Amino acid sequence: MNQKYMVPLAGVLLLFLLAYAGVEGAGMQWFFGIIVPYVAVIAFVGGFVRRVMGWAASAVPFRIPTTCGQQKSLPWIKQNCIDNPDKASGVFMRMVLEIFLFRSLFRNTKAAFNRNEKNKLTYSWEIFLWVGALAFHYSFLVVIIRHLRFFLEPVPSCLKFLEFFDGIVQLGLPGLFISGAVLLLAALFLLARRIFDAKVSYISLAADYFPLFLIIGIAASGIAMRYFTKVDIIGIKSFTMGLVTFHPVIPDGVGGLFYAHIFMVSALFAYFPVSKLMHMGGIFLSPTRNMANNNRAKRHVNPWNYAVDIHTYEQYEDHFREKMIDAGLPVDKKE
Amino acid sequence: MSDELKPDELLDKVDHTPSQGTWMTESVQIRPGMYCYAAKPESVETLGLPNARSWNPMEADWKLPENWQEIIHNGIKDRLEKFRTFKIFMDVCVRCGACADKCHFFLGTGDPKNMPVLRAELLRSVYRNDFTTAGKLLQKIPGGDKLGGGRPLTLDVLKEWWYYFFQCTECRRCSVFCPYGIDTAEITIMGRELLNLLGLNIDWIATPVSNCYQTGNHLGIQPHAFKDMLDFFTEDIEEITGVDVAPQFNKKGADILFITPSGDVFADPGTYTCQGYMILFKYLKDKYDLDVTWSTYASEGGNFGFFTSHETMKRLNAKMYAEAKRLGVKWILGGECGHMWRVINQYMDTMNGPADFLEEPVNPITGTKFENAKSTKMVHITEFTADLIKHGKLELDKSRNANRVMTFHDSCNPARGMGLLDEPRYIIENTCDNFYEMPINTIREQTFCCGSGAGLNAGENIELRMAGGLPRANAVKYVHDKFGVNTLGTICAIDRAALSTLMEYWVPDVEVYGIHELVGNALILPGEQEREMDLRMEPLPGKEEADE
Repeated sequence: MNQKYMVPLAGVLLLFLLAYAGVEGAGMQWFFGIIVPYVAVIAFVGGFVRRVMGWAASAVPFRIPTTCGQQKSLPWIKQNCIDNPDKASGVFMRMVLEIFLFRSLFRNTKAAFNRNEKNKLTYSWEIFLWVGALAFHYSFLVVIIRHLRFFLEPVPSCLKFLEFFDGIVQLGLPGLFISGAVLLLAALFLLARRIFDAKVSYISLAADYFPLFLIIGIAASGIAMRYFTKVDIIGIKSFTMGLVTFHPVIPDGVGGLFYAHIFMVSALFAYFPVSKLMHMGGIFLSPTRNMANNNRAKRHVNPWNYAVDIHTYEQYEDHFREKMIDAGLPVDKKE
Repeated sequence: MSDELKPDELLDKVDHTPSQGTWMTESVQIRPGMYCYAAKPESVETLGLPNARSWNPMEADWKLPENWQEIIHNGIKDRLEKFRTFKIFMDVCVRCGACADKCHFFLGTGDPKNMPVLRAELLRSVYRNDFTTAGKLLQKIPGGDKLGGGRPLTLDVLKEWWYYFFQCTECRRCSVFCPYGIDTAEITIMGRELLNLLGLNIDWIATPVSNCYQTGNHLGIQPHAFKDMLDFFTEDIEEITGVDVAPQFNKKGADILFITPSGDVFADPGTYTCQGYMILFKYLKDKYDLDVTWSTYASEGGNFGFFTSHETMKRLNAKMYAEAKRLGVKWILGGECGHMWRVINQYMDTMNGPADFLEEPVNPITGTKFENAKSTKMVHITEFTADLIKHGKLELDKSRNANRVMTFHDSCNPARGMGLLDEPRYIIENTCDNFYEMPINTIREQTFCCGSGAGLNAGENIELRMAGGLPRANAVKYVHDKFGVNTLGTICAIDRAALSTLMEYWVPDVEVYGIHELVGNALILPGEQEREMDLRMEPLPGKEEADE
């Protein structure tokens, strides 16, 4: 069992040390700071597109949404237009709620069985996974958007606005960004769930722990740089601007921790398209959610539909004609 | 049945905490009571499906073709291209565990491989190994397989697929809770298709499929016997009501072709639902001159082909349109059935349409256009009857169902593959005064399966069925204890058979009714005598003394 998370943990530590030592010991700033990020971004974009194109290339032979509410039927029966949509507008709303609010996960329940004289199975609303997932994804999103300040000059006012709200608690100096702390805590919560919830632990693979450790590593190193080691922001900005303008430069005075951070981010980018993290793209294409339940009203065409052998009425009647005639059932041919 | 494992013994076994260790290396233990017998070769041969031979799951040698791994590999490859669902569902699962305790088989057995996520992982692990870049790369490193969660397709893995894909009823409850809409039914469907490439079906599916293909229905009832059965019902109904409701068969030029699962014709208590249909059609004929015909050729609404492969489903389903065309009816009316309606609602038109030889369905009595069925041209009988009741076209005497304290079991397929939720409830409320819902987490889109769907309603896997039906039975018991519910209403033929057994095991005081059995009891036929009995020949409420 330990192997499932010890190996990924060791892997992430190794990544960290590799970059740290590579920079501090071997002076390989150009490798970890320039080559690796470019390769990672290319792998990410190329891999992501390839994966989505791969899905798109597969046919959608049948319209099979999972219906989670009343269908459109008689005019006086109230349809659930979102959970059982028959129109594109309903599907759109369903997808928006799914993608932005994790609606299906919001329904989550926890089953419990009490072996006593009543032997009751009970189901209670289980909100923590939803809260954890939402906190994780949104804080990650805010962190990513905040990081755009390193790649844009001048920094757009909407980013400053976001930073203002992210730092609204005004704690410490430099001021605490809530998003970074929430990201770290949410990732730790998801990790704890994987380790301590017997069911989730049982189903978890090394590939489930690896991205969590990686993201925890990224968040922790980022927080460390901002609040504790206080890296040279001016130097880093010149470095990141160099990357986006394709005139990469290696700044002086930026240490191994920063390169370890960049290296782990690069690893996450490169790993993304070959991993389960592709759920980010997959959710848009999931046929049980993105299709309308209107197959009886509007014919869906299967691109690979083919003719099949069937047992025809003629064959059937030939087989049973006498019995049918004896029973007084109508037949097409009397003989 | 219950002499094998008493309810208390079964409950003692329920434990939802998986053992330590990894599931991938534990080899499958096929246990009697939990699996269905292998398909008989003659049934597999009827449709010319692969590798017909007699075999036994308990024996080591499953008599597979020599190149079975290649067949499966190519089968997966083919389906990844043909089904976007399959490809995406193989790729995007994050193993968050939201589905884990949503499956009735997991809740009833505690077997961790019945967690939907693990059921899918059985197949996904092979997919990762053989079809993904990461999997192929990791294979080259020692121990890399484990890191990527891949494993090679061995005989042990194949046997595990067989065991667990025939422990899934394709009910889709897990799919409601999945943040990506991953549908284990879809994965089970693919898994069973792949197994069928090697002739690894179960007999409880293969034989009905063979019967349906040859004879027109799962039970293999020949045309004259099919007519005999309905003639028996006609006699019974005449005894109860004094009215001759004799149905029409294979009638060309009728208004409507009616198709229902053959279980309604042959197996109690579905037979009473069937009598309900017959009384309704007689009423509509006499009052409004509506001409409904039954067919002996298309005498099966259900489709066990759906549990075999997409192609088999299409081959069996083709009869519905073929017969409607031959008879020249206006549109098709379908009886109370679960998976039948998943097939009609989500597959039929695509597979065997367009049904341009039929008319867009209109209820000639009320003028209601069934807009939601205008392409497929097949209407669900509860949609039809609810419309009639709403327009005041049926004369109903609710008091004849006054001894029924009802609850309603949403069948999985109409609930999660269609959304037919309020139509049957409307009919119940108009035919019966006492109706109590089961707890909210166990009805509508969150309904629990009977535990015997998707072809698993056999006798030899009774422990699996009773365990899988536990969550449903447990909710029925709750309303039974709280409100005195004595009747479980349902709109599915498999339910009527399966839930009866399930109730006998877990909640013995509850009887199972089809919705149109309530209609048949309540509907006042023109010229009928004063009824003393319900369709089960039990005294009507208030008539108990007259019986003695």
